[in-house]
Amino acid sequence: MAVSVDEAVSTGPARDHTAPARRPGGRGRSVLEVALLTVLAVVMLFPVLWMIETSIKENRDVYAIPAKLFDFTVTLEHYKDVFVASDGGRSALSVSFLNSVVVAGASTVLATVLGVPAAWAYSRFAVKAKKDQLFFILSTRFMPPVVVVIPIFLMYRQVGLIDNKLGLILIYTAFNVPFTIWMMKGFVDEVPAEYEDAAMLDGYTRLQAFWRYTLPLLVPGIAATAVFALIFSWNEFVFATFLTSSDSVRTAPPAIAGLIGGTTTDWGLVAAASVVFALPVLVFAYLVRKHLIAGVTLGAVRR
Amino acid sequence: MGTLAAHGLRKSFGKVQALDGVTLDVPDGSFFVVLGPSGAGKTTTLRAIAGLEKLDAGSVHLDGRDATGDAPAARDLAMVFQSYALYPRHTVYENIASPLRARRCSSSEIAAAVEQMSSLLHIERLLQRRPAQLSGGEMQRVALARALVRRPRAFLMDEPLTNLDLKLRVEMRTELTRIHRSIGATFVYVTNDQVEALSMADQVAVLKEGQVQQVGTPTEVYERPANQWVAGFVGSPPISLLACRAEGDRLVGAEGWTLPRPRWTTAEDGRPLLLGLRSEDLSVEQRGSASLSGELYGLEPLGDRTVVDVRVGTEILKVKARPTVTGTPGERLLVTVDLDRAHLFDADTGLSLSEAGR
Repeated sequence: MAVSVDEAVSTGPARDHTAPARRPGGRGRSVLEVALLTVLAVVMLFPVLWMIETSIKENRDVYAIPAKLFDFTVTLEHYKDVFVASDGGRSALSVSFLNSVVVAGASTVLATVLGVPAAWAYSRFAVKAKKDQLFFILSTRFMPPVVVVIPIFLMYRQVGLIDNKLGLILIYTAFNVPFTIWMMKGFVDEVPAEYEDAAMLDGYTRLQAFWRYTLPLLVPGIAATAVFALIFSWNEFVFATFLTSSDSVRTAPPAIAGLIGGTTTDWGLVAAASVVFALPVLVFAYLVRKHLIAGVTLGAVRR
Repeated sequence: MGTLAAHGLRKSFGKVQALDGVTLDVPDGSFFVVLGPSGAGKTTTLRAIAGLEKLDAGSVHLDGRDATGDAPAARDLAMVFQSYALYPRHTVYENIASPLRARRCSSSEIAAAVEQMSSLLHIERLLQRRPAQLSGGEMQRVALARALVRRPRAFLMDEPLTNLDLKLRVEMRTELTRIHRSIGATFVYVTNDQVEALSMADQVAVLKEGQVQQVGTPTEVYERPANQWVAGFVGSPPISLLACRAEGDRLVGAEGWTLPRPRWTTAEDGRPLLLGLRSEDLSVEQRGSASLSGELYGLEPLGDRTVVDVRVGTEILKVKARPTVTGTPGERLLVTVDLDRAHLFDADTGLSLSEAGR
């Protein structure tokens, strides 16, 4: 429920006004902790930093040996190349970004619209063999995409969904619905069923009761779940590579991967495209970070 | 009108038989209390009447009409939940207005009804708050207001006072009785608190393990319990039960004592019996014709009275005495028994054997 979600992630505990007693090891230990965390942060963040740097370096600085960490000329040329083709029109990359937005957005909306009511039903109603059904639903995610991509490729060829955005939307939805059901069931379980009971005695139907009184309490959970689904669809590479081929249909991951290879690789363009690709998910995750933490720690937070 | 009838309700949750043939007839306008320990099926019974629980068998009739399969909304009942179930994102005003909104009343009607209810229950100043900003007693009043804001066929209350502190509970008890009298509607009230049951009810149904043990007025249930279990459950301190058997004109205890056989009992000689003695029908201060000998085991001063625990053989008798009574443990005592008010139960079936002769 919303209240527990907020409590779970509240920062700055009010009770810690007094300084905590120093632990054994004292200052030496905290210095070590900071040092180790710094090393870890550098190791984790260096590739990201390097990607950002490369995206704003001029080509000769990109290839400079020894590598130039600080004294290079800043340029936004690569970012322009991401969106504008050499003939002045829209670049193939920008089309792929647009495709990614459409495919990831549509599949996330579909998965949410289908998955949330299903999660509600699994949480509220006595369904025959409920545990088996839920296990079966989850089992569709056990196999890595590479394993199922060939049969899906063959089926899609039969029905004409190869190289078609609808095909990608459907397969991403199919992958996200089980996830949505499982994650949302946890959130629905947290909302007492008595609100709906009370609403039904007030004179509402079961669906009205859900719509009026339960759904608003699920919004944080839906946000968290949708972001996870969105990240999956946005990042998905294997299906996109196998099931699409033309520039007008391809999503960003295979399009960016396609930049590497051939005789020369324009690393500045690859880096700029990667930054543009990473940004939306980062922004989204930042906006709903509270709910994301609640989603991840769900189950540890009992009322 | 507001007669409710439940017949042969059966419901199981997995292996647990929550309701095992519950039959209740609630007359119009009565304050009907369903009393039982936790797990007896009280809440399930109420939810079945409300239509929130799908029954395995049995029927629910409302005003003589079969409503077994009806949706909760179609039954025209109002319910107060033990957890109150106030909508957390809505203000108190919207919570109380909800049943009227569901019936598409005009906003002026709603405003008038909410105002009337809030003044009846003294919650006018809470109307713009949200449930999280209310105390337990306030939430309870809001939940009550939401139920009372319209005139349903009957009101169902699921242990509405359980989560309140003792003082508030006593206050609300009086208030609920007053509300019931003033609107004259049918109340079905579930509780595990016998004091609530005895003080508020017109009719009490005692429930145990999904079965109705006895239905009657509070006096009937207390004075003439249908079986040993009801006798033990209703009454505080609990009734003392002594194993014995009838022999001619005497009752002979398993612990060796003898008492004159009560005139009213019809039990045949030799059959194992249980003699039930309530604390107020025993005395250590007066002398009478029938008495038991034992030793003082302990004293429980309760302010207005003291409960004297007297050990007779291996069994403990609870005896009501004046608060001034004193004694030292181990001291020999004579307990006078008012046999006219005693109860006898068949030790095998637990059924009362007292009824026939009275």
